[in-house]
Amino acid sequence: MSTIEAIVKATVAKNGSSRENLLPILQEISKEAGFLSEEAMSAVAKALNISRADVYGVATFYSFLDTKPRGLNVIRICKTISCYMHSKDAVVRAIEEKLRIKIGETTPDNKFTLVHTNCIGQCHEGPAMLINDDVYTKLTPEKAISAIEKYI
Amino acid sequence: MDIDKKKKIEQYSKKVDLIFQDCEIKPLVDKILNMKPNEIINTITDSGLKGRGGAGFPTGLKWKGAADTFSDIKYVICNADEGEPGTFKDRQILQDKAMKVFIGMTACAKAIGAKEGFIYIRGEYNYLLPKLEKELGEFNRILKDKGFDFNIKIRSGSGAYVCGEETSLIESMEGKRGEPRNKPPFPVKQGYLNMPTVVNNVETLVYTVMVLRDGPDEFKKLGTKDSRGAKVFCVSGDAAIQGIFELELGMPLQEFVDLFGDGHTKAVQVGGSSGHCVPYKKFGETVIGFEGIPTGGSMMLFNSSRSMYHVLHNYLEFFEEESCGQCVPCRVGTQQLLKGIEAVKKGEKPASYLNELIKLAETMRVSAKCGLGQSVSNPFISIVDNFREEIIF
Repeated sequence: MSTIEAIVKATVAKNGSSRENLLPILQEISKEAGFLSEEAMSAVAKALNISRADVYGVATFYSFLDTKPRGLNVIRICKTISCYMHSKDAVVRAIEEKLRIKIGETTPDNKFTLVHTNCIGQCHEGPAMLINDDVYTKLTPEKAISAIEKYI
Repeated sequence: MDIDKKKKIEQYSKKVDLIFQDCEIKPLVDKILNMKPNEIINTITDSGLKGRGGAGFPTGLKWKGAADTFSDIKYVICNADEGEPGTFKDRQILQDKAMKVFIGMTACAKAIGAKEGFIYIRGEYNYLLPKLEKELGEFNRILKDKGFDFNIKIRSGSGAYVCGEETSLIESMEGKRGEPRNKPPFPVKQGYLNMPTVVNNVETLVYTVMVLRDGPDEFKKLGTKDSRGAKVFCVSGDAAIQGIFELELGMPLQEFVDLFGDGHTKAVQVGGSSGHCVPYKKFGETVIGFEGIPTGGSMMLFNSSRSMYHVLHNYLEFFEEESCGQCVPCRVGTQQLLKGIEAVKKGEKPASYLNELIKLAETMRVSAKCGLGQSVSNPFISIVDNFREEIIF
């Protein structure tokens, strides 16, 4: 059994194999394995006795589920109006320079993926970003860099 | 920060303090569990409470709908998929007063006869989960001790704005793509796993608790005839003071802007990106509430330094990305509106093209399947109508 198959098996056993558990199952596998590979999605389909297309359809619908490899840490910078108005572009530029990647890219050492995201509900304290599940608000370029340094 | 303003806001906020008020949990649970289902529904109906998520459906009527549907299995779902730009109150409520949310769900369960409840919380708020799960464990134990058969679980979203729409949320909970369903049947008849289901916003649930504790008359003293009670507002943008404030409904927008604005406010977007943009010349005649401009809580202020083209562009980009893609009016409409204003700005299309785009937005309002596609016309038409020159030049 491959590592992925083992992860899928354990996750399905924990959550139950009925269809309504698909989203929690995919969330956990994505967290554990880093992303949802074709192999993982096929294994989930088999375990839940649904079509692979169904699993793929769900996996690609949700922006927090990745079907392509991504870095160990995902930085999601809010680009919606309030954060945009409070100079999130300067924060993005600082992070891009620090990590030497552009929005949408992953660092060569696979440590970070940098993406834009829509409103994360911190509008009164923008600009804001998520690193994995952790939230950082009232960002300045300096604050953003020091937040990222914790994950290096 | 402006000291006078801060004092004034404090005065206003003192008038209403329901959502974040401390409550003794166990006596409140006892009180609600001792009420009859009918009594609960009648009290909520009598209070005139309407849903605080944005759509404003009467809460008592929703509960009655599920109570009147015959079924052994029913569900209560707390909608914590707060994704509307400019809205962040549910996060704060869950952070500070989660117990009151659980009690509201219990009241609903008692009223409709549900044994299972879910909190569907957006993935962006995953950092709240450890504390929330701990409190939920305590609460489920309290219910078990009291012998009331109702258990609450937490489900996480994964970054899809449309899942805040209740049928789309239900689809997501069933392990599907978060694509809205046709209505009817409404969730109170056929919801989660096709069983009668009540989906209520976080804030609504807390207000039901306060109504049941204090009686409907106390609640009715606040607000206006069409908009009973108070509401938690989320103030952001070019505001002198940003944050979360509970205020009475029915406030004139001018008063609101005087209170929170930075002195140069030229427009307020009421109700988030899917809401209406009110220009300064209409502040005086606009009332915040169901009889005027309703809001799920989001109040974004823009001052004279802002280009309303950039604001509209940002909203349209948001909708284009968050459209689930299921129905044509929304999938194609959001793309074309965005492309359209870009073309007008660049001069590739004449200014009169905006009229065509308004027609497209109106078509989306009547033909899109769910609230997302239907409401794109709100910001589009209100911004283009009131700030046409900023879109063109």
